[in-house]
Amino acid sequence: MRAEVAAGRREAVEAAAYRIRQHALAMGEVQGQGYVGQALGAADILAAVYADQLTYRAEDPAWDGRDRFLLSTGHYAIGLYAAFAEAGIVPVDELETYGSDGSRLPMSGMSTYTPGMEISGGSLGHGLAIAVGLALGLRARGNAARVLNFLSDGELDEGSTWEAAMGAAHHGLGRLTAVVDINALQADGPTAGVLRTEPVAEKWAACGWHVERVDGNDVGALLAAFDAIAARAEGHGAADGDGHGAPSVILCDTRVGRGVQLLEEREKAHFMRIEEHEWAVCREQLAVGYAGAAAEQAGEKVSP
Amino acid sequence: MTTTAHGAPRLKTSAMIASFADPGQRTAPAPFGHALAELAEQDERIVGLTADLGKYTDLHVFAERHPGRYFQMGMAEQLLFGAAAGMAQAGLVPFATTYSVFAARRAYDFICLDIAEPELNVNIIGGLPGLTTGYGPSHQATEDVAIFRGMPNLTIVDPCDAVDIAQAVPQLAAAPGPTYLRLLRGKVPSVLDEYDYSFELGKAKVLRGGRDVVLVSSGLMTMRALQAAEALAAHHVDAAVVHTPTLKPFDEETVLRELAGDRLAVTLENHTVVGGLFETVASALVRRGEARRVVPIGLPDQFLDAGALPTLHHRYGLSHDRIVERVLAELG
Ligand SMILES: Cc1ncc(C[n+]2csc(CCOP(=O)(O)OP(=O)(O)O)c2C)c(N)n1
Ligand SMILES: [Mg+2]
Repeated sequence: MRAEVAAGRREAVEAAAYRIRQHALAMGEVQGQGYVGQALGAADILAAVYADQLTYRAEDPAWDGRDRFLLSTGHYAIGLYAAFAEAGIVPVDELETYGSDGSRLPMSGMSTYTPGMEISGGSLGHGLAIAVGLALGLRARGNAARVLNFLSDGELDEGSTWEAAMGAAHHGLGRLTAVVDINALQADGPTAGVLRTEPVAEKWAACGWHVERVDGNDVGALLAAFDAIAARAEGHGAADGDGHGAPSVILCDTRVGRGVQLLEEREKAHFMRIEEHEWAVCREQLAVGYAGAAAEQAGEKVSP
Repeated sequence: MTTTAHGAPRLKTSAMIASFADPGQRTAPAPFGHALAELAEQDERIVGLTADLGKYTDLHVFAERHPGRYFQMGMAEQLLFGAAAGMAQAGLVPFATTYSVFAARRAYDFICLDIAEPELNVNIIGGLPGLTTGYGPSHQATEDVAIFRGMPNLTIVDPCDAVDIAQAVPQLAAAPGPTYLRLLRGKVPSVLDEYDYSFELGKAKVLRGGRDVVLVSSGLMTMRALQAAEALAAHHVDAAVVHTPTLKPFDEETVLRELAGDRLAVTLENHTVVGGLFETVASALVRRGEARRVVPIGLPDQFLDAGALPTLHHRYGLSHDRIVERVLAELG
């Protein structure tokens, strides 16, 4: 049995996730279409990372002591920009330039454009290999920073991901964590019909990774998984003081469009079109849903 | 909507797949998908494969008409081309689609050794060739021709429009070895049916004559060259356009014949000026001992910006007004 995550900590992350979703909707509305569904689905993961897990300096994104968060899945940049705004790395006002000419926030995340963006990840399946090298390099230099790589389930199709998975285990990269957004969707449709990747947990385990699989829209479960990995790194598991040990992966089952009923229920699309009049509905549903969930939790607390 | 400092609307990247068609231009939907589906009615060896980009490369049209001959390989480009090689070895004629960048960069080794060396009839269909997306370097195949030109046995086709694509597809299938098509997808402009033209694999065609300038172009730049030629007429400049849709093997004879006089020679390509049409023309000239100046219009040797496609075409000199400017400047 794992320890329950304290309510205050969980609520802080949920509040951050709510703001990330608000930012993502605002950015999506600028373009009128795009990767809003992915950003909403991954908001809880990104909130857990930026509001709870990562060590960084918002005013100095290049600080050498920072944990590295690598966005392999370039098109999820809309979600990461929202998290950057929440983290204070990018001003909230700047988000409205997303995907526009001359912006520091291009559609696909690129390290050459945006402070805090560690890699350029639009060609899918690169992130984990770079993460392996970064973890090896940091360890060789005696830097204890963690390396996190965010992948999409589509990236599990690429052979390069599995080459890197084996490499990470072989080199015992105990400070490396992969976070996989399993939204069961790819460009041509549902993942199950494009290339069956299940059983995913067994595949990572067979490559020598410590595996956690959680509901990626359940903040409590996400934080508990991160805690379990941290506990291993502190000596309860395989990692030693030098950072040698099995790398860890958190497989996050998420829901495209999470938090906005209209989008959750719509036919899933990789590149979602949202009509002009629907944006107000989206914003409204997000706010009502968040207020409702908060009230429900408050009710739970007082009920006997 | 965001605005610039002057209050003008800021152009958006919008979709990864942006249109390069001009407003109001005549277009045809998914010419590749329709041509392949048609061809498959007559040739049962035809199969279609993709790497999670069926909808984005017009292969969905083929998939709907021939579901049993459509193979979704997942987002795994090495598997896509390795498997296409295997299918060709088993007697089928595969058309395998992905974006140009992923064919040229990620899967090169598989195309080179499994397809080109044994000269298998595999047809590589690359979407978003050159600068046809504002998405940034991960999707802008600015050097795909340069990469593929070095591969022995590979035929390279850079079509101008829907007419070229529809006519090229059966010829690609009929060619015994491997081919690479720089795919234009979605609503593709129809331009060449206004000229006395038909696509012939391996042949360059003179689309219009002109006394002062000869524009040698391929791909969507032929459309731009034709527009530029019209606009130049208003400046009393008479420009010829020579369309070279097959980049390899290259129709040196036609092109060198056109370059024989003293007209200003310009190459136009939707590709870096390194390793594409310009260098193909230049090396053909040098090999024949002909020294003459050729003005290269193409993408600069650098990683391009992300942004809206019209902005970028203008910035990098591919828009027809920039072509006109350049030609007039060269004429002095
Ligand atoms: C190497 C590579 N191949 C193909 C693509 C084109 N592409 C962009 S997103 C995508 C779908 C990948 O699946 P996933 O990231 O899970 O999609 P989502 O959940 O966002 O719909 C594809 C095939 C790419 N960006 N990189
Ligand atoms: Mg997915």
